[in-house]
Amino acid sequence: MSAGDLRIGGDAGRGARVRLTVDGHRFHAYAGESLSTALWAAGVRELAGGIDGPPSRPVFCAMGICQQCAVWIDGRRVEACRTQVYDGLVATSVPPEP
Amino acid sequence: MSARRDDQADCDLAILGAGPAGAAAAVEATALGLRTVVVDEAAAAGGQVHAIAPGVTPLPRDVDRAGDAMRAALARSGADCRTGRRVWHLERHGDIWRVHALAEPSEPGKGGVAETVTARALLIATGAVERHLPFPGWARPGVIGLAAATRLLKAQRLLPGREVLVAGAGPLLFLVAKTIVEAGGRVVAVIDARRRRDWFAALPAMATRPDLVARGLNWRRELLACRVPILHGHRLAAVAGDAPALHAEVVAIDRDGAAPSGGASVAFRCDAVCVGYGLLPATDATRLAGATHRFDESCGAWRVDVDDDQRTDRPRLYAAGDGAGIAGAAAAPWAGRVAACAAARDLGALDARAHGLRAAGAKRSRDRAARFGAAMARLANVGDGAHAGIAATTLVCQCERIDRAAIDAAVDAGCTTLNELRSATRCGMGPCGGRLCEDAIARLAALRTGRTQAGVGQPTGRPPLRPVDLDALAGEFDYASLPIGTPAPL
Repeated sequence: MSAGDLRIGGDAGRGARVRLTVDGHRFHAYAGESLSTALWAAGVRELAGGIDGPPSRPVFCAMGICQQCAVWIDGRRVEACRTQVYDGLVATSVPPEP
Repeated sequence: MSARRDDQADCDLAILGAGPAGAAAAVEATALGLRTVVVDEAAAAGGQVHAIAPGVTPLPRDVDRAGDAMRAALARSGADCRTGRRVWHLERHGDIWRVHALAEPSEPGKGGVAETVTARALLIATGAVERHLPFPGWARPGVIGLAAATRLLKAQRLLPGREVLVAGAGPLLFLVAKTIVEAGGRVVAVIDARRRRDWFAALPAMATRPDLVARGLNWRRELLACRVPILHGHRLAAVAGDAPALHAEVVAIDRDGAAPSGGASVAFRCDAVCVGYGLLPATDATRLAGATHRFDESCGAWRVDVDDDQRTDRPRLYAAGDGAGIAGAAAAPWAGRVAACAAARDLGALDARAHGLRAAGAKRSRDRAARFGAAMARLANVGDGAHAGIAATTLVCQCERIDRAAIDAAVDAGCTTLNELRSATRCGMGPCGGRLCEDAIARLAALRTGRTQAGVGQPTGRPPLRPVDLDALAGEFDYASLPIGTPAPL
């Protein structure tokens, strides 16, 4: 069983294949998907963040409430579940150095 | 800041939320001649029930015709539909409601754009949040909400796992389980806190929507045909292990949700757990707007107090949809129409007679549909016995990592309300703002203080409604533009 199997209907009806980097790991995803979906489909269930704060998971509520999927992209804190992936996206689950 | 006059508002009616209630209200309001602005944080209208991911095309069998029709009607209506806007604050200045939002960045990497909508009337239609019942392991990777599962499955076309345990209460259980099975996943079991006889007892209220009853029975039949075990009167007690090798422990419970000591438990292996205990009205926005709320004992939830016309007790503030009491997606559009009629009446666009005629039919449809939704909400309200059994070391507030023992200790030290508990422990004050745990904290506080849940109250509504980027809110404003007075002479 590969993690990619979790995409229902495979890549049909999804956007172009894109590459992204989260916490230094490289992933493939499809344009239009949320970053949460991309991580979950790649088998990621836990992120590096969340040492002192809330658990850091790519999905818990999947609707912008729980904040557990918060990541930093280009110095801004965003929710992975509300972020559409794009080619070259780089995110970290721990805040960038100030 | 100078107070604007009534006629200087951007629009007549601002609507928070483009779900079934908000969208229908916008269509009705524009038809009645109101200049209407709809604000929603999602990229597309639809709310949770009709959520779509604009970049993921649904499979033919999953095309949501009702959602698409709703979006088309909203687009045709002429309402100014502003999606991708996250509302973080609501204020009333003079006769004007001010809705402060942050628009999505124009391109990746850019900050959001601060935006304020001013309106003569405000309708809050922000729907519901999921109720969670804390258990050991609910903060574990691989455990997600039931509502989250519907979002993954429907909007993102993603299975939560290959072998999934679906647990909790309410109709979402069966929707999620059958969708997983249909999509080729395996459901290791459906764990329903309600006994079969609780479902039967709800039948009279459900009879108003025989179509929905038939649909639910069909889901159940499909699951049984796939040999999915359905355990009624059981509850998820704990999840251990590391995803994808999770171990779930399930226990039998009584009518009140309590697991008798020494009762048998059943173990399941799975790679994902989807769990949720029904929906709670999202009251953060209505609390922030200063409306009065009421505790509904049967559903075990707070909701904003509205009259028969969906008016709150604040001037020109209305609420419709699940936020005004869980009534379901079928009732929401009717409630939205009723609210739009009331706003039109209050703003002088409808006279009393025309208003009465126009609203009457919508009210009838709303009340009829609401009986089904309310029955589901009652069914999903698992008794306090489940909360009484939460172990001292179980995390209740995940964000601030506060366990039950800390909450009980704060009560023993004198806390009697949720606000006091917040001050004493910070429970419910982390990034989620208590939206995950508020219900559980309130029930635990009620149990420990011996008061009712209504007695321990709600936390005060405060901005921001959602985390927002301060940098983006400040916009073009920079440090140099701060007015600094001339220092006093020494």
